[in-house]
Amino acid sequence: MTMASRPPEHATGAAEPIVVLRDITKRFPGVVANDRVSLDIHPAEVHALLGENGAGKSTLISILSGMQRPDAGTVEIRGRTMRIASPRTALDLGIGTVYQHPTLVPTLSVLENLMLGASWRAPMNRAATRARLDEIAALLGIALPEDAPLGSLSLGQQQLVEIVKALWRGEKVLILDEATSMLTPQGVEDLGRVIERLRDAGIAVLFITHKLHEAVRFGDRVSVLRQGRKVGSLSPEALGRLAPQEAIDHIVDLMFGGTADRTGAERSRAHRARAPGERMVIEVDGLRPAGDPDAAGEAGVSFAVHEGEIFGIAGVDGNGQKQLAEALAGQRGTEAGRIVLDGAAIEGLSVRQRQHAGLRYVTDDRLGEGTVSAFPVGLNLLLKRIGDAPFWRHGIIRNAEVERHARALIAEHDVRVPGPGTPLGHLSGGNVQKALLARELDDQPMAVIYNKPTYGLDLNNIHRARRAICERADEGVATILISTDLDEILELADRIGVMLDGRMVGIVANDGDAARRVGELMIGVGARA
Amino acid sequence: MSQGLLSDAFLISLIAGAVAAGIPLLLAGLGEQVSEKAGVLNIGIEGMMLFGAYAGFATAFGTGSLWLGFLAGAAGGLVLALLMALFCVRLGLNQIVIGIALTLGADGITALLHHVQFSRTYPRLPRVETLDIPGLSEIPILGPSLFARHPMVYVALFSVLVLTWLFRKTHVGLNLQAAGDKPDALDAAGISVVSTRTWSVLFTGVMAGLGGAYMAMIGAGIFVPFMTGGAGFIAIVLAMLARGRPLWVLIGAFLFGASLSLTTALQVGGVNVPTDVVQMLPFLMVMIVLVLFARRASLPAALGLPYVRGQR
Amino acid sequence: MTQAAMSQEERHHPVASAWRRWAVAVAAALLPIVLALGVGALILLALGADPGAFYYHIVKRGLLSWIGLQDTITRCAPLLLLGASLIVAFRAGLWNLGIDGQFLLAAVISAALAPVLVTVLPVWLVLPLVMVVAMAVGALWSLLPALLKAYHGVNEIVTTLMMSFLGISAANVLIKLPFDDPTTTVPQTATLATDDRLPRLFGSTINVGVAVGLAVILFIHWLMTRTAFGLRLRLVGANPRAAVHVGLPLGALMVAVFALSAGLAGLAGAVEILGVWGNVRADWNPAYGLMIIPLVFLARFNGIAVIGFVFFFAVLSIGGETASRKAGLPNYFILVLVALMLIFLALTEWLGQRRQMAARD
Repeated sequence: MTMASRPPEHATGAAEPIVVLRDITKRFPGVVANDRVSLDIHPAEVHALLGENGAGKSTLISILSGMQRPDAGTVEIRGRTMRIASPRTALDLGIGTVYQHPTLVPTLSVLENLMLGASWRAPMNRAATRARLDEIAALLGIALPEDAPLGSLSLGQQQLVEIVKALWRGEKVLILDEATSMLTPQGVEDLGRVIERLRDAGIAVLFITHKLHEAVRFGDRVSVLRQGRKVGSLSPEALGRLAPQEAIDHIVDLMFGGTADRTGAERSRAHRARAPGERMVIEVDGLRPAGDPDAAGEAGVSFAVHEGEIFGIAGVDGNGQKQLAEALAGQRGTEAGRIVLDGAAIEGLSVRQRQHAGLRYVTDDRLGEGTVSAFPVGLNLLLKRIGDAPFWRHGIIRNAEVERHARALIAEHDVRVPGPGTPLGHLSGGNVQKALLARELDDQPMAVIYNKPTYGLDLNNIHRARRAICERADEGVATILISTDLDEILELADRIGVMLDGRMVGIVANDGDAARRVGELMIGVGARA
Repeated sequence: MSQGLLSDAFLISLIAGAVAAGIPLLLAGLGEQVSEKAGVLNIGIEGMMLFGAYAGFATAFGTGSLWLGFLAGAAGGLVLALLMALFCVRLGLNQIVIGIALTLGADGITALLHHVQFSRTYPRLPRVETLDIPGLSEIPILGPSLFARHPMVYVALFSVLVLTWLFRKTHVGLNLQAAGDKPDALDAAGISVVSTRTWSVLFTGVMAGLGGAYMAMIGAGIFVPFMTGGAGFIAIVLAMLARGRPLWVLIGAFLFGASLSLTTALQVGGVNVPTDVVQMLPFLMVMIVLVLFARRASLPAALGLPYVRGQR
Repeated sequence: MTQAAMSQEERHHPVASAWRRWAVAVAAALLPIVLALGVGALILLALGADPGAFYYHIVKRGLLSWIGLQDTITRCAPLLLLGASLIVAFRAGLWNLGIDGQFLLAAVISAALAPVLVTVLPVWLVLPLVMVVAMAVGALWSLLPALLKAYHGVNEIVTTLMMSFLGISAANVLIKLPFDDPTTTVPQTATLATDDRLPRLFGSTINVGVAVGLAVILFIHWLMTRTAFGLRLRLVGANPRAAVHVGLPLGALMVAVFALSAGLAGLAGAVEILGVWGNVRADWNPAYGLMIIPLVFLARFNGIAVIGFVFFFAVLSIGGETASRKAGLPNYFILVLVALMLIFLALTEWLGQRRQMAARD
């Protein structure tokens, strides 16, 4: 890993900030996405904004780029308080944004995409657009196929087009939201060079990422968001003083809560009533999920989970964890490999057959696929058992049984809901997750896959969910815990596998040294097992 | 029989019929293409055509001017389009429900108005003056069937060129495509998705109104209740199959027109085939195309979905 | 916590809140009708007709006179079956807009088959047999759109509309060529003798068809709300991704939905022929489709409510014929009323959603 070289004048921090966010607060139903966040963005400087998923980064950007308005707080631009009412206003103020989700039209050519946004009366001036494209491309040191449909370009090239577009009118502030999330390592290298050139050209870059090493590598200044709050930042001077490893350690403390929480984690692990058994419950051998060609490595994924064991799968988001989980649950096909549950091969079974065999999958997409908002809670609790006795007899629903079942689970898992008949869509995020856990953990599971089980929850519900996972494991459930929250994995898991680029790059025991080794594996350094 | 089929009379009748039946489909199909491109499935187009047909006929009958008739037809289509834009684009109501409602309403209102005004006399418009294109109109067979028509025919054909140019060479085309394929991209670029879609729906209304007016004033010379008889739905399908290319709408419209006029032409040629067999041909063709190219039948990604900023 | 407040309210006034929900639902369904009748009255005034007299004649003929009431009830039969057909499709989130073609084709096959079959089989066997065949014909006519939608994702609105146009033309071809009755001058199928048609009820002109319609729509309502199969279909409609997550075979269910929906449209065609007409003339097409779609929406896909709306609409259309004649207007005014109802329905729904959203913020 190479650190970006910093021009010496930045050590003094002389330049006035071009954008100042003061006490920005934004609430959504059930969540405080931003809680009094303040941020300075300086010209000719890369400000890396670091945080886990759900830490509030995307909300902050959408406020800066005019897609949403804050509930409280102010935005100052060049010293004046501004109201960014729409994306157009943001552009007029000189703020260009490259969104995490592509905002280009795949069916239009590169050139046409860059022309998008002019008044409809304006003549379409291809020559001038081409000239401006060449100009910016020269500034960035890149070349683009100007007349090819955007959809035919590689993701890295599309990203560059996004950047060109964001700089089109001479914008002075460039926001990059998770710009590397879809790029290959080579693409990340290229992007790094582009960012350096931009900074040297005097542009203020706000680089949003959840990848620690990228923040350290690209950022002249690093701020850390955690659960909607800014928990700390490192000025250029501070960063300059620290060696790379010291900087990373410091930021890890900010991100993952430091030593205080880790002793908390130890305490909660001590609550585990019994040690994992010897019996192998799940064996996965050379599994290659179907679909995304880059998602799985050639060799596939192999691991085993014992009775009563919690096997954590760590890794940066988007490294094939979801594909693995779906392939295990039967929702996604497999290209190769075996899955053995309790001694029987299940890779040929359907989703429902695997459920009946005792395998459960707690999806991370709770509202998108896990539940049906329009259906009452009672039915959502039985969504995976439609037609089964005793809730249906001869295919006919028995409402008394459904309600009894719902009331029992609601009480057991403390789901806050007026009654089993309330539509699930009326529940808060935490209660939706309680209902989801209640459904999957009901009826004697043998093995459970949790995908980001505490993502987006508040602290109370996080603890509750983690306790539920531990209790089930103590009852002998073989547990696969996928999480992007390293702290969570360190707190709960017995062993930890790390995924990178669709491969399981290492499996380590969760002992005193696990945090360091897992962290190294996550960012691609350290031995591969 | 073969002699009858190849006769000049048969060919002239076929081509002329294809044009007469095809022009309303062409106009409406081009209009629908614009709103589909922008992401609005305009099921109300049947009603817009009917409104245009009535307004055009009534005005032409009252004033004696076909051009005023076309103006009124366009205005008639526009009125319904305004409602469609208000309900579906601005308020985001269900496009299918409102589309059917507008079609039913137009069915009923034009039938009522027709009853009040024309049901006793069933007046006809006089035969239409044609614009013979010097030279071309003297070509045997093709001349009289293609180049001796009402000027509106040439306007419709010309609008194929205009739309092609608009789609390829102007910001209007870019904005429309972005509104249908990736509305958040258009929004992020600072162009209002709602007003882009509103204008596209209004344009559809004007084109559908013109198509209806042509059908009543020139195609039939008379207004009859429910006279559009599903032409609007055919226009919707034409636009979907043309996948954003105006020229394909033209080809499709004339193929439909030809098969609609084939029965008459066959009778002129001395062959008697039930109309219904021939009328099935275009629909059969569409289904065959869909079966063969099912995977490639692409529609704008956001077709039929109301746009709300920040919602995915 | 709001949840706590809600559960408290629930505990103190469970009956009151159930009543209120019920009242709100009824008001939300009736409001569009009242508004539509009001605006319709203005249009009648503009046309020089007396709205009071017009609505009075509708009620008098469609509801209060015995002959009119029999017609009204008879008219309900196909509408109820088509309503059931659409409930299945719409609840599963699929737009079967091809019911007119499915209806007509099945009607023609029924009309061709029944007079022949009665010569070899007893009537009590012929009638149900023809109904089953009609259902199969309808279902078959939806197979192509179903497969294209389920396995290639082709928009079913286009394909069902195309198949509907095809079906209507094909029905006419069948009438004019293979099934034409040579003894009549107008192209039409052979006629089923009055004695061989669906039995009439209690010496009235009402045939058993309406009982079939009622039974079917109640069955469908029960199927969709009370059975595992219905719940699976609703799951596909409400959240297809959840259906995949839960492990439902999405493609097979979609094909089943189309088959059931189109089969019921076919049954409607059979009941109309076996009960009322006995034959099909060329170019006969009642085009119930565009009228029943709005009614099913007004009823919010609820089978019981559809019965109410269908009866209301049948009164409107039977009574409307007389009222229109007396007012010197064509019968098309009913179309305007239905269109107005639909627009007001969409608007009240929109207002309701806005109010809910405002209440939640």
